Amino acid sequence: MTQPTHSSNRILRPVKGWFLSSSLILAMFLDMVPLGRTPGFPDWVALGLAFWCVREPLRIGMGTAFLLGIAMDVANASAIGQHSLAYVLLAYAAGRLSRRILWFPLSMQALHILPLLLTAQCIMVITRMIGGAQFPGMLYFLGSFVAALFWHPLTYLLLLPQYQPLEKDMNRPI
Amino acid sequence: MSVAGHQPPPFFKRGPAPLLRLIFFSFLSILLLVLDLRFHMLEWTRQGVELVAYPLQLLAYAPMQGLGHGSDYFASVVTLEKENSGLRRQQLGTANRLLRQEHLELENQRLRALLDMKQRQSVGGQVAEILYAAHDPFTRKVILDKGTQQDITAGQVIVDELGVIGQVTRTFPMLAEVTLITDKEQAVPVQIVRNGLRSVLFGSGDGNLELRFLAANADVREGDTLVTSGLDGIYLAGLPVATIKHVNRDATYAFARIQCEPIAGVERHGLVLVLGRREALPPPPFEAEENDKPLRSKKQRK
Repeated sequence: MTQPTHSSNRILRPVKGWFLSSSLILAMFLDMVPLGRTPGFPDWVALGLAFWCVREPLRIGMGTAFLLGIAMDVANASAIGQHSLAYVLLAYAAGRLSRRILWFPLSMQALHILPLLLTAQCIMVITRMIGGAQFPGMLYFLGSFVAALFWHPLTYLLLLPQYQPLEKDMNRPI
Repeated sequence: MSVAGHQPPPFFKRGPAPLLRLIFFSFLSILLLVLDLRFHMLEWTRQGVELVAYPLQLLAYAPMQGLGHGSDYFASVVTLEKENSGLRRQQLGTANRLLRQEHLELENQRLRALLDMKQRQSVGGQVAEILYAAHDPFTRKVILDKGTQQDITAGQVIVDELGVIGQVTRTFPMLAEVTLITDKEQAVPVQIVRNGLRSVLFGSGDGNLELRFLAANADVREGDTLVTSGLDGIYLAGLPVATIKHVNRDATYAFARIQCEPIAGVERHGLVLVLGRREALPPPPFEAEENDKPLRSKKQRK
């Protein structure tokens, strides 16, 4: 009973659809908070998407990633297709990794997620620079590192509803 | 499909293979990218999604606005008094010019009439507020709190009390997107006040500006002021844009490398003035049929 991962013997309840979708909408909302060009502000949608692709690979996949990407493109006033391309690749990689990644403790999971987030950012930079935009500077990539730091608390937060037992039973073994 | 017509039980159904789905969605994304970046065909999607997302954006903006109002409220009386007296002094300082402005304008009109020149167009403006900088780190854009509902159209020029800030490039019902003059894709036709030398000013991407395509021996000095030339038919003539900061005349290049810095507070937030639309210039004699879209000329790169 150390970590709420696959290696622990804790049995999680199935995730609720409304919680899953509302967490992604909340992530979009967080991304819309106008902080201007503050470096190191993580891409919450990418992080949430990676989380659910790892946890629920059958429910959240590339289709959701594509739609979220389009919404982010419009909300951020960037080129349409930029976020969706990056998110689709992120969702694919996270889905493929999901069988493996859950056997690791949370800090190592974050190390698995970091390159995925960095790749997503690199894809965005490459697509936009092909389109003639300027390089946003190395500090742009700081956001992924900050996001990887959030993996640990985010796991507890997003799995919280699944920890609750259906009915309180003091005699239950788990 | 099995020969006997048995479907696999729904337990094993997982749709198309992940790799297939990856290829499908990636191609779709790349197609959208090309359609948007190259052909600018997806503006209607933006309009639709923006309309739905507008309340969400307002909600996201609310805490920042509340924070701003809160700090305004708690700003001490001393600072406000100081600012007030400073502004009053400034107003008195410029009163001389302002009082004579009307007289000068009338005189200018009469003189122009005498010389049989085209009258200078007077243009009104609308005050708008910069809400926030757009999240996209690849461009330099800001969002205004006025849109098509307040008759803002793409192509209008944005100025503050010092000079040109940018140009409206996209309009939504309640918001407008302004590309700052420091954006890499934004070009402003300018002339040097001292000698009237015309050129085009581009953003260099790092918050500064660059005067391109001037010969290495061009008469350009550090400290020169650049104003809009008005030749494009969109910008009014004579709006201050930038001052020349550094001139590098390297003989190995055909052109001088001239760095400028904006006069207006381009990267600051606050109130701005959206200048009214300028009347279109008469079309040039040989490409008359192409000139019915004055916005196009700005979009052309290099």
